[in-house]
Parts: sequence; C-alpha cells; structure tokens
Amino acid sequence: MSEPLLEVRDLSVDIVLSRGTIHAVDGVSFALEAGAAMGLVGESGCGKSMTLRGILGLLPRTGRITGGQVLFEGKDLVKGGQRGLREVRGGGISIIFQEPMTALNPVMRVGDQIAEGPGHHLGWSRSQSRARALELMRMVGIPDPERRMRAYPHELSGGLRQRVMIAIALSSEPKLILCDEPTTALDVTIQDQILKLLLGLRRDLGVAIVFVTHDLAVIAQTCETLAVMYAGRVVETGRVEQMFREPHHPYTLGLLRSVPDFDAVRDSLEAIPGMPPDLASTFSACRFAPRCQFAQDDCLAGEVDLHEIDGGRTVACLHDDACAAAASADPVIARV
Amino acid sequence: MATAAAPIATEPLVVERHRGFWQRWYRTPSFVAGLVIIGIMVTMAALAPVIAPYNPNHQDLTQLLQGPSSKHWLGTDNLGRDVWSRMLYAARVDLQVAFLAVCFPFIIGTVLGCISGFYGGWADVGVMRFVDVVVAFPFYVLIIAMVFVLGPGTRNIYIAITLVGWVSYARILRGEILVAKRQEYVLAARGAGFSDARIVMRHLLPNVITQAIVFAMSDIVLDLLAIVTLGYLGLGIQPPTADWGTMIADGEQFLTTHWQLSTFPGVAVVIVGLGLSLLGDGLADLLRPE
Amino acid sequence: MDLLSYTLRRLLQAVPVVIGVTVLVFFMIHLVPGDPARTMLGTHADPARIAALHKEWGLDQPLWVQYKDFMSRLLHGNLGDSLYYQESAGTLIMGRLPATIWLLAYSTILSIVIAVPLAALAASKKDAARDQVVRAVPMIGLGFPPFWLGIMLLLLVALHSGGFFPVGGYGNGFTGHLQAMFLPSLTIALGISPILIRSLRASLLNVLESDYIMTARSKGISERRVMYRHALRNGVISTVTVLGINLAFLVGATVVIEQVFAVPGIGQLMLNSIFQRDFPIVQGVTLVFAIMVVVIYLAADVVHAMLDPRVRFD
Repeated sequence: MSEPLLEVRDLSVDIVLSRGTIHAVDGVSFALEAGAAMGLVGESGCGKSMTLRGILGLLPRTGRITGGQVLFEGKDLVKGGQRGLREVRGGGISIIFQEPMTALNPVMRVGDQIAEGPGHHLGWSRSQSRARALELMRMVGIPDPERRMRAYPHELSGGLRQRVMIAIALSSEPKLILCDEPTTALDVTIQDQILKLLLGLRRDLGVAIVFVTHDLAVIAQTCETLAVMYAGRVVETGRVEQMFREPHHPYTLGLLRSVPDFDAVRDSLEAIPGMPPDLASTFSACRFAPRCQFAQDDCLAGEVDLHEIDGGRTVACLHDDACAAAASADPVIARV
Repeated sequence: MATAAAPIATEPLVVERHRGFWQRWYRTPSFVAGLVIIGIMVTMAALAPVIAPYNPNHQDLTQLLQGPSSKHWLGTDNLGRDVWSRMLYAARVDLQVAFLAVCFPFIIGTVLGCISGFYGGWADVGVMRFVDVVVAFPFYVLIIAMVFVLGPGTRNIYIAITLVGWVSYARILRGEILVAKRQEYVLAARGAGFSDARIVMRHLLPNVITQAIVFAMSDIVLDLLAIVTLGYLGLGIQPPTADWGTMIADGEQFLTTHWQLSTFPGVAVVIVGLGLSLLGDGLADLLRPE
Repeated sequence: MDLLSYTLRRLLQAVPVVIGVTVLVFFMIHLVPGDPARTMLGTHADPARIAALHKEWGLDQPLWVQYKDFMSRLLHGNLGDSLYYQESAGTLIMGRLPATIWLLAYSTILSIVIAVPLAALAASKKDAARDQVVRAVPMIGLGFPPFWLGIMLLLLVALHSGGFFPVGGYGNGFTGHLQAMFLPSLTIALGISPILIRSLRASLLNVLESDYIMTARSKGISERRVMYRHALRNGVISTVTVLGINLAFLVGATVVIEQVFAVPGIGQLMLNSIFQRDFPIVQGVTLVFAIMVVVIYLAADVVHAMLDPRVRFD
C-alpha cells in the first residue's frame, strides 16, 4: 500500500489564555491518501479548525504544538522548523478560511494577492505572475478577470471573495487543500456554487481535500471519508456511507439525528442534551460520557482511545456495538 | 416604579468599577510606581521652605559657579545661588502651576463637550467648528502668542493654557457622551422624566469622566513642559522666582564648563513626566472595565 | 470616488477653518489689554506715532470694517509692515520660511525612520525582551522638554563632533543644510517618536492577529515580507493620523528648537518679534503657522486615503 499523502499522528495543540491553558487538540490522528477527500466534523470548539491550522503551523500567537507528528509526503512538519513549514505552504499544502472578508488583505488588490505566492517562491517577473493570476481567476470562475484583478476585496461580493481565496490556494499548485468551513459564511445558493467548484477542481487537478465543517449535508456531497471530532479528539473515522448508515459512536449518532434529514422526513430534530466540556480541564473518563445515552460505569474509568473495527474504521467507544445496533434499528439515513 | 428603577440601573455600574479600583490599586505596578514618584516630588516641593538649606534667591557673590560640594549639594549658579535650593523652590512653583493649570481647561472642556455631545444639533456644530479653528494653531504658538498679547507672568500662563487646552477635553467628553447617551440606563432616566442636567450630572458624567481623568494625567505633563518652555524663553514665570525653565536658560551659556546647571532641572522635569506617565497608565488600567 | 475628488472635497472642507483662523488671528490685537498701539510702541512713544499706527491699523473703525480691511489686505498678500525692520512682514516671513520647512520635513523623515523599525521590532514578538525595551522608551521620553533635549544633544554631540554637526545655523547648500539641521531635526523627531512608536506598535499588534496575516503566512512567504508588505501596509493607516496630529503640535515646537539651535526660521523670527514687540510680524507668523497646520492635517487625510482604499468610497 502506498504511503498516505498526509498522516497526522497524535497531534496536540495548546492555546494559552488568561484563564488557563486550553488543550484545543488532544491527540488527533488520521490519514489521507493522495487525491482523496476527507471530512472533519464536530461542534464549534471541538478543535477541528485548530487541527487544520496546526498542520500548517498557523497557530495564534499564544498557541503551540505540544506533541505528535504531521507527516506530509513522509516528512514531519512539526520537526521541520519554520523553513520547512514555509516550503510546504508555498507548494504542497494550501488552506482556505471561513470568512473571506477578513481573510483577504483589505489594502491590496486581489490580483496582487493571488500572484504573490508564486511570484515570491518562483521568482517570477510581474508579467508572468500577472498571467498566472489571470489563469487562476478563470479557473475558479471569476468573470471578467482582467478588470477584477485590480479590485480591492471590499468591492467584491462574498462569493467572489471566496473564489479569490480558492485562487490563492491554488496558486502554489498544492497537492492538498485544507478547507476550514469555506461555505459557512455564504448564502445557500453561493454555497452550492463554491462546493461544485471545489469538487470540479479536485476532479481536474487531483488535489486531496480536508473539509472541515459542522454541516453533515456538505460532507455527504463532497467527501469519501470522514473523521468526527469531539472535545479535541477524534472519536470515529470511516467511509462516509458506512458512518451515515451505521454510526458506531454515540456522538456521531447524535449528530446525525440532530440535522435536517437528507431524504426521509423526520418528525422532529433531536438536539444532543448537555454541553461540550471545558477544554482547559484534564479528563479521567470518556469525554462524551456525560451526554451519552449508552454510557455505563466502565466509561467513567478512564479515557477511551480509538480502536479499529471492521471495514477500516476506527471508533473511540467501549459500547460501539450497542450504538450501531440502535442506529440500525432506527436509521437516520436509509440509503446514501 | 420608574423613578426607583433608574437609579438602581445606574448605581451598580459606577459602584462596581470603583470597588474594583479600591481593591486593585495597590497591585497595579505602574500606578503604584507613579504614585510613589509623584508623591516624593510633591512632598519635597511642599516642604521646600523647610528642607531647603538656603534661600533660593540669596546671592553669595563669593561662591560663584561652584561645583557640587558638601556645602552646596548641587553647586551654585552664576549669581552664587544654591542650585539645590533653587531646584526645590522651582519644583514648588512649577508643580503647583502645572497641577492647577489643568483644572480650568478640564472644567470648561467638560462642560462644552457635554453640551455638544448631549444636545447635538447646532450646539454641537458650533462647538466643534470652534474646536477645529483652535486646533489649527500649534499648541506652543498659540500659548506664546497669548502670552505675548496678555503679557508674561503666572496669571497669564493660566489664561493662555485655559484658552488653548480646553479642546481636548471637549472632544473626549463629546465622544464619550455620544456613545453613552444611547445606553439603556440613559433612556430609562429620560423616560422617568429626569431633567437633562440631572441626567448628565448624575448618570452620564461619572461613567464618562474616566477617559478625561486619564487624559488629564498626560495633560499635566504637557502643561508642565509648556510652563518650563515659556520659562526658558523668558516668557513665563519671571525672575527672580526659581523655575526649572529659567534655570536651564541661565545655565546655557555655561554649557561647556558647568553642564550641570542646565542638566539637573531638565532631569527633574523628566522624572515628573515619568511619574505622571506611569500614574496615567496605571489609572487607565484600573479604570478600564474588567 | 477617486483620490483627486477626495482631495478636492477635503480642500473645500478646510476653507471654513481657514476663515475661522483669520478671524482668530485678527482678534489677537483686540485681546491686548489697554491700547494696543501704545503697548506696542511703549508708553513713552511719540503720540504722533501712536496716532499714525491707530490710523494704519484702522483701530478707530467699527469692528467689521476692520476685519474687512484685514481680509482684503490679506488676500493681496499684505501682512502689514514690521515695526522694527521697516520692511513688509510678508517679505520677512517668506525669507525665513525655507529654514523652518526644511526643519519640519527633515524631522518627519527622521521620526518615521526611527519609529517604524522599532515598532515593527516590538510588535513581531510581543512581551519579549525587545518589546519591553521599546515600550519603556515612550514612558521616559514623553517627559523630555524638547528644548532641553536639544541642549543635551548640543552638549553630548555637537560640542564633541569637531564641527561636523555645527552648534547652530542653517548651513550652506544642500549638504550643509543636511549637516546643520540634523541635530535640531533629530530633537524634534525624538520628541514625537515615542507617541508614534506606541501608536504603531498597538496598531501592528492588532493587525497581526488578523485572518489575512494568516492567509499571507499560508502562502509561505518570509516573516519579514509578512511584516513589511502586509502588516505595515495596514498598520500605518491609523498611525498616519497620529503623525499628522503630532506634526501639527511640533510645528509649534520649532519656535523653541530654532531658538536653541539658532536656526533662522520663522519660529526664531516670531520670538525676536515678541521681544521687540513687533506686532504685525507676530500676527503674520501665527497666521502662517496655522495655515501650515491646516495643510498638514489635509496632507495626513490624503495620505490616509491613499493608503486605505476603503476610505474613499463614502
């Protein structure tokens, strides 16, 4: 079996706040093949954004990686230092953020922002960079690119701004694009367009994608594999159809039950009772236990780690069979 | 009842902040450091008549331009006057004028700023246009021109500083009131039928005045610098009264031989400035809502 | 709207301020306690001279007529005649103006050269040793009387430099000016640098937390480029306004600095005229200073609009 393009092993990220240190990411592991699309879902604050940022070393000023490895094409980015990170950012892994209004430099023309990456790394002339920027703008479907190049971000609509962000991400010819909720801040119709764009690019260019979102419907449209995160850890991984049809982790089941259904009509939405835990604390039990309907005494004995089950899936639950059985009896999604 | 509700709505906001102040002030290093420095300077200045070894204007013509010694700690100047005593008395005059000079612009600027911000409309436009015009004149130029027109001397320094310095307070207060008057507790007070003056005085002012007070700290430094500068130029506090500015001017001609005559008074000003800066910073930290 | 129309709009907004300035300057003479002519010429002056001055200044006319005459003379470039020099005030002032402008321009450049790298250095690693040092500087620096700083620089630098930095004067020729005006400009620059550093550092810290800085870093460009190409471009925007305000303030400080360093500019002219009780010159210089301030504020606004494209679109 070939080496995965990206392999995250036991990654941990801490953020120091005035009220204490938050363990935003606490031992997260997953792998991704070249050209594959993986979803990363969870509630707000579960650490999914920080995981992406940790992969590229783009942490906030008070954040730092406290453990683990990030293997991209076999090289560990955590140990590679600033230089290694810059190389990868410039050609290897790109990232798209949620809010394009704040993610674009307000005083720089968008054409210059798109052209900056390759221009800097490959030492291109102005005309070369400009040509490349035009090409990229066409690739992402920005109409009238010659005129739009000279625009400032605040002169463009939300959808166009996000396309600019995608163009920037593509400018370094990456093998992997990390998407941090790229459609959440957009209108529903625009969301659709952007998603189709991303899927098309993946098909044409063969880039791998990690798609972070809290919206399962988007995952269903775009990804093949899925990792579910809760309270800073991964609690289940597997192929999307398998997990939607028969989730093995109670949290995954709860998520599925709390979203508007895809095909069948449900009577009501069920929210998961309770609140996610404070990540500044330390844990001595399964993190989901307080809110879990399948929880038993052994769940409180200690933290539960991921273990493998059939079909190349992993799950971090002691009673995943019970959960799967309950899911089969009352499926959220009959067929995917 | 509406009448009872309004005061209850306002009381907690102001009380909380002040309670935090009294609990935290001794743990804020900048505030404490500033307080210590200013405290020492003010005490020494106040006690000048008691602790100064010589009369500051007494000229001992046998002891001209002496260096520091056990008799004269900082030496003597070109008229045989003891420098240390003159420094103490200069502190007295300069600090007194600087602290006092801040009060008038503070009051006038606050009143005009409140009117401007609270009523808006023509009052606001009028005051702000006037502010724009005054602000167009560089601070020092206007002060010097005022002193020129009115004549030198301490009283006219107060007048000049007041005429020029009120604008900053007016701007600050106006800005704060523009924001604050939209708050709920103000709307509640208005709904209760309180008079405008009462609303401003009892409800708005205590909450918005903090910005002005913090600014006043740096304004005292500004005024002190202006007083000392005027003294240096011969337009301020008139000789023979000791003033740090005139001392620096007197010592200028002896720069190459007796540099301490011009240096020490300046150092004194810098120390006061440092103390006030620390105090202002500490105050800003303390008065900021947590 | 583009830059040109924005500039024109700001110019128009400045007109009422300029008019207000002339009114205030005009009123200066009426603030003098007692008879201004007598005060200027001295109590022992020849009554005929006093009467002549009354006539010349139109002090016996109604106020608004006086103002009208004042303005019409002004619009013809006539600022009155010096009592002391027997020359038109306008000519005198224009003659001395270049030195002051040199001083201000040189000071501005020096203050930017000092403040920008220091603020960038401090902001790049918040709370590190270099940040603490850079933050401590404004604390102490704000209390320095500008003229005293000038004297200290004279003492420590000029007197030991063997004439490279002259103790005073304007110098001859371009390089002469550069040398002679270095210390006085440095004095002014050191005067406003603390506030600039403080403001720019705060602004940069704010900017560095932004998402677009993350985007910039995600492109793999060097940290240096991130700071200078992205952070500073945004960070200086608010500092331009602060620079404008401080420059306007320091325009006034040139009066004192020119005195310390014997620079033949309009500040020194004003001071000498004060001691000579040469009222028209004092009035004229005050007016010129005010106009300079208005121009500086205007320039600051225009530069602000140049740097921040969002501003022009309102």
